[in-house]
Amino acid sequence: MTGSHGVRACLVLEDGRVFEGESFGAEGETFGEIVFTTGMTGYQETLTDPSYRRQVVVATAPHVGNTGWNQDDDESARIQVAGLVIRERSPIASNHTSTGTLEDQLRQQGIVGISGLDTRALTRHIRERGAMRVGISTESSADDLLTRVRQQPEMAGLNLISEVSTTEEYVIEPVGEHRFTVVAFDLGIKAMTSQRLAARGCRVHVVPADTSLDRAKELGADGVFLSNGPGDPATADAQVALTKQVLDAGIPFFGICFGNQILGRTLGFATTKLPYGHRGINQPVLDHTTGRVEITAQNHGFAVVDEGAPRETPWGTATVSHTSLNDDVVEGLELRRGDRLVAFSVQYHPEAAAGPHDSAHLFDRFCGLMADARNNAQEA
Amino acid sequence: MPKRTDISSILVIGSGPIVIGQACEFDYSGTQACRVLREEGYRVILVNSNPATIMTDPELADATYIEPITTEFIEKVIAAERPDAILATLGGQTALNAAMDLDAEGILEKYGVELIGASIDAIQRGENREEFKDIVLGLDLPEGTADVARSRICHTLDEVLAAADELNYPVVLRPSFTMGGAGSGFAHDEAELRRMAVAGLEASPVTEVLIEESILGWKEYELEVMRDRNDNVVIVCSIENLDPMGVHTGDSITVAPAMTLTDREYQRMRDVAIGVIRAVGVDTGGCNIQFAVNPADGRLIVIEMNPRVSRSSALASKATGYPIAKIAAKVAVGYTLDEIDNDITSRPAIDDITSRPASTSGRRHTPASFEPTLDYVVVKVPRFAFEKFPGADDQLTTHMKSVGEAMSIGRNFTEALGKALRSSERKGHEFWLADDGSAPEDGELELLMAEIVRPHDGRLVKVERALRWGASVADVHEATGIDPWFLEQIVLMQKAGEAVRDASPLTADVLRQAKRHGISDVQIAHLRGTTPDVIRGVRAALGVRPVFKTVDTCAAEFAALTPYHYSSYDEETEVRPREREAVIILGSGPNRIGQGIEFDYSCVHASLALSEAGYETVMINCNPETVSTDYDTSDRLYFEPLTLEDVLEVYEAERAAGPVAGVVVQLGGQTPLGLARQLKDAGVPIVGTTPEAIDLAEERGAFGAVLDDAGLPAPKHGMARSFEQARTIAAEIGYPVLVRPSYVLGGRGMEIVYDDAALADYIERATEVTHEHPVLVDRFLDDAVEIDVDALYDGTELYMGGIMEHIEEAGVHSGDSACAMPPITMGTETIEEIRRSTHAIADGVGVRGLLNIQFALASDTLYVLEANPRASRTVPFVSKATATPLAKAAARIMLGATIAELRAEGMLKREGDGSHVAEDAPVAVKEAVLPFQRFRTVDGDSVDPLLGPEMKSTGEVMGLATTFGAAFTKGEAAANGPLPQSGKVFVSAANRDKRHAIFPIKRLADLGFEILATRGTAAVLRRNGVPTTTVRKHTEGPGPNGEPTIVQLLMDDQVDLVYNTPHGASRGGSPRTDGYEIRGTAIAHGIPCITTTPGLSAAVQGIEALRRQSEGEPLGVRSLQDWQPYMRQDASSAATEGIK
Repeated sequence: MTGSHGVRACLVLEDGRVFEGESFGAEGETFGEIVFTTGMTGYQETLTDPSYRRQVVVATAPHVGNTGWNQDDDESARIQVAGLVIRERSPIASNHTSTGTLEDQLRQQGIVGISGLDTRALTRHIRERGAMRVGISTESSADDLLTRVRQQPEMAGLNLISEVSTTEEYVIEPVGEHRFTVVAFDLGIKAMTSQRLAARGCRVHVVPADTSLDRAKELGADGVFLSNGPGDPATADAQVALTKQVLDAGIPFFGICFGNQILGRTLGFATTKLPYGHRGINQPVLDHTTGRVEITAQNHGFAVVDEGAPRETPWGTATVSHTSLNDDVVEGLELRRGDRLVAFSVQYHPEAAAGPHDSAHLFDRFCGLMADARNNAQEA
Repeated sequence: MPKRTDISSILVIGSGPIVIGQACEFDYSGTQACRVLREEGYRVILVNSNPATIMTDPELADATYIEPITTEFIEKVIAAERPDAILATLGGQTALNAAMDLDAEGILEKYGVELIGASIDAIQRGENREEFKDIVLGLDLPEGTADVARSRICHTLDEVLAAADELNYPVVLRPSFTMGGAGSGFAHDEAELRRMAVAGLEASPVTEVLIEESILGWKEYELEVMRDRNDNVVIVCSIENLDPMGVHTGDSITVAPAMTLTDREYQRMRDVAIGVIRAVGVDTGGCNIQFAVNPADGRLIVIEMNPRVSRSSALASKATGYPIAKIAAKVAVGYTLDEIDNDITSRPAIDDITSRPASTSGRRHTPASFEPTLDYVVVKVPRFAFEKFPGADDQLTTHMKSVGEAMSIGRNFTEALGKALRSSERKGHEFWLADDGSAPEDGELELLMAEIVRPHDGRLVKVERALRWGASVADVHEATGIDPWFLEQIVLMQKAGEAVRDASPLTADVLRQAKRHGISDVQIAHLRGTTPDVIRGVRAALGVRPVFKTVDTCAAEFAALTPYHYSSYDEETEVRPREREAVIILGSGPNRIGQGIEFDYSCVHASLALSEAGYETVMINCNPETVSTDYDTSDRLYFEPLTLEDVLEVYEAERAAGPVAGVVVQLGGQTPLGLARQLKDAGVPIVGTTPEAIDLAEERGAFGAVLDDAGLPAPKHGMARSFEQARTIAAEIGYPVLVRPSYVLGGRGMEIVYDDAALADYIERATEVTHEHPVLVDRFLDDAVEIDVDALYDGTELYMGGIMEHIEEAGVHSGDSACAMPPITMGTETIEEIRRSTHAIADGVGVRGLLNIQFALASDTLYVLEANPRASRTVPFVSKATATPLAKAAARIMLGATIAELRAEGMLKREGDGSHVAEDAPVAVKEAVLPFQRFRTVDGDSVDPLLGPEMKSTGEVMGLATTFGAAFTKGEAAANGPLPQSGKVFVSAANRDKRHAIFPIKRLADLGFEILATRGTAAVLRRNGVPTTTVRKHTEGPGPNGEPTIVQLLMDDQVDLVYNTPHGASRGGSPRTDGYEIRGTAIAHGIPCITTTPGLSAAVQGIEALRRQSEGEPLGVRSLQDWQPYMRQDASSAATEGIK
C-alpha cells in the first residue's frame, strides 16, 4: 500500500509471512529478532533501551511518535533497536518537551522502520508462532529478503554484551549526601537505573562488563549491581563467574533483568527462551514476600526456570521471590542466609522508564542491604 | 484474600431515573454489580425507582424495590430486609448522596448496616473540595508533582465576590455535592458571577461553592483507577479530552488512550492518581480522577475525583474491555485483583518452564490485576438536545448538558473519529456533509474563526471547515485550545477526502486510504457527487472492505476468548466461524430525548430470549453507557455505528461466519427502524414486522385506509407539502391543530398551533418540509384522555401487554406524561373497544412482534392517534408492572414463535393478558423526569418548563402501590422530590382550566394548605368558597408597602407548590408561554410545579395518600418479587424459570 510518504517497504518473517507497508525512518534494510511491546507510552525510552539490541520492535500502540523526541527521555546514547514497526505515524510532534520528530531521529540514526501495516495481525502471528527472525527492506523483493532473513543468527546463543557495554568507566554522582558506592556492571544499562540509585544517595560507578571484582573493590563497592541487557543469558559465563565472586565476598548484590538471569544461573537455576517474551509496561507481578501485586515494566525474552522449591546453595537458600501473574514465569529471585537477605534480583524493570513506578522501592531494598552489610561489618 | 463471609446480604442502591449527567451507564454498572454479587452467593436487595433498567429486572436481585431513592423509602427497605451491607458506589451521585444521607440521619448505625466500597469518610474526603486539595498537596511525591488550582471555599455571596477579586477573573464556580457538575461554570465578570453564585449556593445541598483560578484551555485528562483491600492499584484507562479545560468531560469529545503525553507525564499522572485513591481512602472499588495539564510547561493539576463508578468508568470499560463495575463489586466484597479473572484473555500455556505449583496456577485466564493496553483508538462524542429547549444557551461549560453519547473504535484516531461522528446520528455533524459550500465568501472565515472560540455543539465540524478554508493549525489551536495533534489528524482526513474528490478514476488505494481515515461511503459519495450505493458497489468490486478486530484488553498479547469486535480497514479479520444460526440485533445508538434506555432494555431482552431459544445473538450498537454493549450480554458484540454501511459490513462478516436467520430492527427505536427498508433492499432478511408494514403504519394515507377498513376513527388529519396545503387542511379541520414532520420519534418538532400566523411560522421553521418530507397536520383533541397500548401480535392472536391511562391530557407528549396502569378510570367497555381496535390495527398493518398504539378518548369516542409497529418507550414499564417480559416475547414471535407457544412456555400468561388485571393488582404509575433545571438561556434565565407535544423528558420512574394516590406520590417523590403535605400553594389557571381546577384546589384548602392566587383567580376561588390569599402578579411589581410579587415569594422559598397552566393563545410562533416567570422561578428553586389540571388532581390524590400516612396508613414498600403473584395471577415459578 502506498501512503502519503510513498516509499514502499516490506517486512518478511523467517516463516515466510510478508507484510507490506511504507518506509518509516531511514530507508534501507535491517534484520533482527521480531518482538512486540504493548506499552502505549514511552517509545523513546524503548527505542534507546539497550536490551532491545538486534531486535526489531513492533509497537502495538495505535499511534507512535505523537510526542516527538526530547532531550530527557533517552535511556542510552543512541537508538538501540534494529528496526521499528508501527501502524500509524504522527504528522507532527506535539508536546512541550519535544525538540524534533521521531521520524527525523530514526533517519539521523539510520534506523529502518516500517509503518501502515496490520501490526495487530503481526503481533498475533508472533504470539502464536513465537519470536523469530525478520527483515525489513525498502530495496529488496520479499523473496530475496526471506533468503537473507534465514541467514541471520538466532537470538538464542547470542552474546551481545560487548556490543552495548560501555568501554570506559564513568560515574553518576549521588543526589544529596553520599551514602553508598555501587559498582554497576554495564550489560546494557539504562540511564534511569543509575539515576534511581543516585537519587538514594548512591555514587554509581558504571563499569564495562568485563571489569574484575578487584577493580570493583578498589572503587569501594558497597554493593554490586548487574544491569539489564540483550542476548542469551546462557552465554554469559563470565558474568556468572563474577557473580560467584561477589557472593563469595559477601558483597550485597542486586540484579535487574539480565542481572536476574545471571544470579539465577549463579545459584544453579537454568534459563530458557520464552516463546514470545514479556514486553510492556502493564505486567502484573506477585511479590511473594508481601503478597501484593506490582504493575511492572518488562522486557525479556529469556527467563529463569522455576524448580518449584527453594534451592540450597553454598551462599544460602535461593527462592523465587516474584512471579508473573499472567503466566507464572519467574520474575525475581532472592538469596537468604538464615533470615538475612544477601542478594536479590528481579526480571522486570523497577527503574521503569518507560513504565510504572510501583517497584521503585526495590532500590531502597538494595540500599537497605548495603546498610545491613555495613553494620554487620562494623559489628564484626 | 477470598470474599467476605461475615456479610450475607447486600443492599445495592441504583441511580434512579435517567437525567442529564446520570444516564444508563449506571444501569450497566448496577446490572453488573447485582449479577456478580448474586453469583458470589449474596442475597441482593436492590432499590431503584427506574423501571426501564435491566438491573430492576426481578431476575437480577433477590428483592427488587422499585421505590424512590430517598432516605424515607430506603429506610423502609432496610427495615424490611435488614441487609448486612450497602453498596452505593455503583449508582452514581444519587446513590452516593443517598448513602451519605442515611449515615447523617443515623440510619446506618440504627440498623447496623455497613457501607462497603467507599466509606463515608472517603466519600467526604473525595467530594469536599478543600479537604481534597489538602490531600493532593500532601501526597508523598516529589515537590511539584501534583498541584491544585488555587481556590477559595465560600458559603455566601460576599465571600464569593471577595474570592474572585483575589484570584482574578475569569474564575470557576463549583457548587459542592451536585450531580454532573450542576450549577458550575466560568464567570468572566462580577455580574455573571453574582448570578451563578446565587444559583450555585442554592443547588448545593450544603450551600457551598468553590471559587477557583481558571485553567481554561489547558489539556484535560482522566484516569480510571481500581483498588482492592490489599492496596493493589491499577489504572484501567487514560482518557484525553479533545476539547480542552472549560468543557465538562461529559460534553467533550474524548479519546482513549491519551494521545499527547510522554511516558514521563503519564507516569506522573499515574503516581498522583494512586496517591490520591490511597489518601482519600477508597479501600475497594473504582474511582475516576481528572487532571489538567498546562500545554506550555506540563504543570499538572488535579481537578477532582469521584470515589465511585462514573460515566467515564462505563466508557473506560467499553473502551478497554475491562469490566470496571463487575470488578468493583468483587473487590467490594473482599476479593483482591489478582484473585479475579480477566474473562477476556486466556492464559498462555508455557507450563514447561513454570513448574511452580503456586496458588495462581491452573487458571484459565490471566488476572484482573493488570492494566489494559489498547492497540486501537476510542473516540466518544456527546449528543445534545438543545433543539428541544428553545432559548437554551448552547455554550458548553463545566455544567454538563449532553443527553447521550456515541463511542467508536478504530485502529487509529481518524478512523475512530469518523465512525464516532457518524454514530452520533446528527445531521450536519460529519465532515463535508454540512451544507457549507466549497469556498468561503469574504469575511466568512473570520466569522467562522470567531465562532469556534466558543465551545458549542458541532464545533468540530466548524473547525474542520476552518482548516479546509485555509486557517492554519496554529490559528485554530489558538482559537480553540484543541491540541495541534488532533488538528493535524483532521488535516489528514481532509487530504484523504481531497484525494477521493480528485481521483480519476477512484482507485483501491485512494479508497482504502479514505476508509482508513474513517470516511464513510456517504461522505465519499458526497465528495464524488454520486450515491453511497455506488460507492459501496465500487468498494466491493475493488475489494476495499473492512476487517473486524477484537477488543481484548491486552493488544493481542494473549488470546481473546470474547468476540467483542470493531471494524477497521486493516489486513486480518478475527471473526470466528460458527455453527449455530445467528440473529443480529440492532441497538438504538446514542441516547437522546425520545430514544433512550427503554430501547436498550428491549434489545437486551431480545438477546437474552433468543440466546435461550438456541440462537447465536449478535448485537450491534455504539452507545457505551448501555447494558447491550457489555461484552457478555450477547454472544457477539460489534461496537459499530448504526448506519447502513456499517450494519451491512457486519451482516456480511457474520454471513461469512455462519448462517444468519435475520436482523431485528423493531426494538431499538427509530434508528434501526429507519434502516429497515434499505437493509431489506440490500438483501438482508428482516425478521418480524416487514419494512413494508412499518412504512404502512407511518404513511398516513395507507394507515388511514387500515383504520377505515376496521371502522376506527382517527382525528381529522392531512399531509401537507407546503404552507398553502397546510392552511387548507387546517381550515378544513379547524384550529387548534397539531403539526409535525413525518418520521420522527419523541415528538421532535411537534407543536400545537392555534392560527394561520403560527402555522406559517411553523412551516418556515421546519426547514425540512419537502415533497419527501411532508408535514402532518392533525386535529388537536382538547380535553381528551390519552391512552397508550403495548401489544404483541403473531399474525393470529393478539396479546395485550398493557393499557396505560395518561394523567396529562392529550397534547402532552406521551413520553412526558405521567400514566397509570391498569387504567384508573376506564370501564370494561372502553377496554374491550381498545382491544378490538388494537387487534384490527395489528392485523391490518401486518404486525409480527410488538405494536404500540396511542388512543385518545374524547366524548366517549376512541380515536386512534398513531400506531407504531415496534417496541415503545413503555415496554419496560409495562413488563415490570405486569411481570411479563414483552420484549422477550416479541423477539421470539419475530423469529416465528406463536403467542400460544409462549403461553405454554410460561413466558406469557397462560390465560388472558395484560388487559385483564385482578382487583388486588397494584397500581403502577410512570412519571417523567424533566431536565429544565439543566438549561439556562443566554441571559442566565431558566427555560420554560412547559409540557407540550414535543418530548422533553430524559427519563422516568415508577411508583407501585395498591391505590393510585399512593403510587402517584411515590412517583413524584422519585421523580421530582416529595409532594408537600402542608404549606402554601400558588394557583393560576388559564380560563379554560378554571372550571376543572376549582375542585382540586378546594380540596387542597380543605387539607389545610394556604391558597395563593393573583387577583382574577383569587376572586373566582372565593366565589366558590375557597379561602384565598391574593398575591401580586409579576407584572404588577411590588406593592406600595413592599408586598412581594409571586415571583419574589418563589425566590424566597415562601411557596411549597405551584399550579400554573399556560394562558393565552399562540403569538408569533411562541404558543402559550404566559406565566413563564412563575414556572421558571419555581423550577430554578426546586419548587414542585404542575402545569396541567389533571396533574393537579393527581397531585391532590398523592398528597392525600401522604396525609393518610400520618393517620396510621403508612406508604409501604414491597419488592417486585412480592408483587409478582398479584401482577400476574398465573405467576408461578414457570414464569421466571425460563428467564435467567
